[in-house]
Amino acid sequence: MSAPTLKSKRTTHGRPRLFTTYSGEMAIFNTRVKLVWAIVGGAVVLSLPFFFQRDIVALITTVFIYAIGGIGLNLLTGYAGQVSLGQAFFLGIGAYTAAVLGGESKGDVIGLGWDMAIWLPLAGLVPAVIALILAPLAARVRGLYLAILTLGLVFIGEHIFKEATPLTGGAGVGRAPADPVLFGYDLFTDQEIFGVELDRFSVFYFGCFVIFVVLALLARNFTRSRFGRSFAAVRDRDVAAEVMGVSLLKTKTLAFAVSSFYAGIAGALLSIVIGRISPETWNFFLSIDFLAVVFIGGLATITGSIMGAIFVVMLPKLVNTLTGFLPIDPGVGQGGLLNVFELQSIIFGVLIVVFLIAEPRGLYGLWIRLRNYFKAWPFSY
Amino acid sequence: MDELLGSLVRGLGIGGLYALLGVAFVIIYRATGVINFATPALMILGAFFTGAFGNSLGLPFFLSVILAMIVMAAIGMITERVALRPMVGRPAFSAATVTVGLFIVLLILAGRLIGSELVNVNDPFGLNTIEVLGSTLFTVDIGRLVISMVAIAIVGIFLTRSRTGLAMRATAFDQETSLAQGINVGRMFGLSWGISAAMAALAGALLTAGGSGVETTAALVALKALPVIILGGLDSIKGSIIAGLFIGIVESLTRTYQPLYLPWLGANFDIIVPYVIMIIVLMVRPYGLYGTKEVVRV
Repeated sequence: MSAPTLKSKRTTHGRPRLFTTYSGEMAIFNTRVKLVWAIVGGAVVLSLPFFFQRDIVALITTVFIYAIGGIGLNLLTGYAGQVSLGQAFFLGIGAYTAAVLGGESKGDVIGLGWDMAIWLPLAGLVPAVIALILAPLAARVRGLYLAILTLGLVFIGEHIFKEATPLTGGAGVGRAPADPVLFGYDLFTDQEIFGVELDRFSVFYFGCFVIFVVLALLARNFTRSRFGRSFAAVRDRDVAAEVMGVSLLKTKTLAFAVSSFYAGIAGALLSIVIGRISPETWNFFLSIDFLAVVFIGGLATITGSIMGAIFVVMLPKLVNTLTGFLPIDPGVGQGGLLNVFELQSIIFGVLIVVFLIAEPRGLYGLWIRLRNYFKAWPFSY
Repeated sequence: MDELLGSLVRGLGIGGLYALLGVAFVIIYRATGVINFATPALMILGAFFTGAFGNSLGLPFFLSVILAMIVMAAIGMITERVALRPMVGRPAFSAATVTVGLFIVLLILAGRLIGSELVNVNDPFGLNTIEVLGSTLFTVDIGRLVISMVAIAIVGIFLTRSRTGLAMRATAFDQETSLAQGINVGRMFGLSWGISAAMAALAGALLTAGGSGVETTAALVALKALPVIILGGLDSIKGSIIAGLFIGIVESLTRTYQPLYLPWLGANFDIIVPYVIMIIVLMVRPYGLYGTKEVVRV
């Protein structure tokens, strides 16, 4: 008798969670349910622009962009365990790289007007290279020292952005972002596809969705590779990882570079959605936004970062919608208990605190709990 | 020459504030291993309460500062009990992220309380000046330096001479051992937050003093105490005094002379000088001047 073969990747008959191969277990869609839901979800997301107004469409586009930046930060903070408050700095670098390469010249502000096929990769690569230069410094410090170091980067970056007037337009003025023209096809203009009129926000929505899906899958793949495992080793016990032959310097450098690449792409796309970029955009509070995406979504899960991005971006809209029922001043004035903006920020801050205390695994952890509850439903075990 | 003396004294004044804020960070870091990113918000709330006591109750400046410090100490202790105590035993960066959340909440509350007007604390310094060696000095800078140093000295004496201070230092040294010695470690955490918040409140009142008043956004000034504690070492009170004064002076000198001699560095370069110093220091000494080097074991 020959030994039972271990070739079949999936045993579906009644035991969908039984994996007989490593590659089967580590597959991105390791159960058929995940694959089905991913396809259904993708189809739903693709149909959204046909049902919603342009402000909602722009908001969902922002979700994709925040998800890209959040996934990048999660690779660094969640997987490699390096807390960074400097995401805003790299977003800014990406945005300005894109704007200089892909934008138009106007007055003293430089813009080369290149194609998106050139500026989009470079908007990621330039921050990655800057991260490579800074990484040896960042790799020297651990834990909270690193958080403070990266915080310093944000303030220094803001100053540089304000002063580099030919590139950024200068403080308070700003400049126009890059034009998303891919191979001569403008992704930010009204188009007609299959006889359906789409406004420019919807067109850009599809563009961002494609970039987001590609980058998310790449990140998911990356975490399954030996690099992803070395990240986790460094996070869990850096000394032990080093003893086992994982180079701390290389791993942390790689984590920084990859994270900054994602941040750069996110910054470039975000600047297009915002419409006009000023140096003050890339501040400490933007970094906190992305930290919240990672921590509210859940550390070390790509899905969690996407959930976190949905949450962080949609929260203000949700609060706006609900304000009618609360003693809240809908304007920005001083009447009422709090105004809308203040309420949004307070809810945001409280949620960061509550999630960290009550559910450290974030929204992803909530989802796991919910799923496990319904697995045995109606029984508790 | 008179410009130099004026800059030095202004630097010492702001440096005293940095030292005070640095000590506020260090006390919490030593007790709980957490960097309290909410300190800027505590500072601005302290400034608000000082102003509120002074303006509405008509109390003299020093009395309202002390009342504000007591109120803020209570707020700090409540915050610790509600938000930070559950994080004991969790990774330090999670707890630090909790304080980032608290920062947002407290900053918005402060903004709401202050409203659209500037905080004004009715301090005795105002824009008064004195003439020393032919240069004009603002009394507020001297006041800031002296009051900060006195406050730090009182905390230092409390930590080294009192029974509770000894317990706090023991907790900072080893939490489990101090528990075994009968120290209420949780109370020490609360106490360190209380002291830290009170010092932040004092810093806020002193920052606002000087006649002009401040907005909520001035809270970000307190973040400059982070380079200070990096330079001094995260767990060293002595380090944060020296580093605070040093960074204050360098910042002030930059403000005076950089536009003259190094204009290409851009306007308001002095704002980021602390961070530049911090990065240089981290390249040379990752644990600051007086910080304890971490011993790592597998």
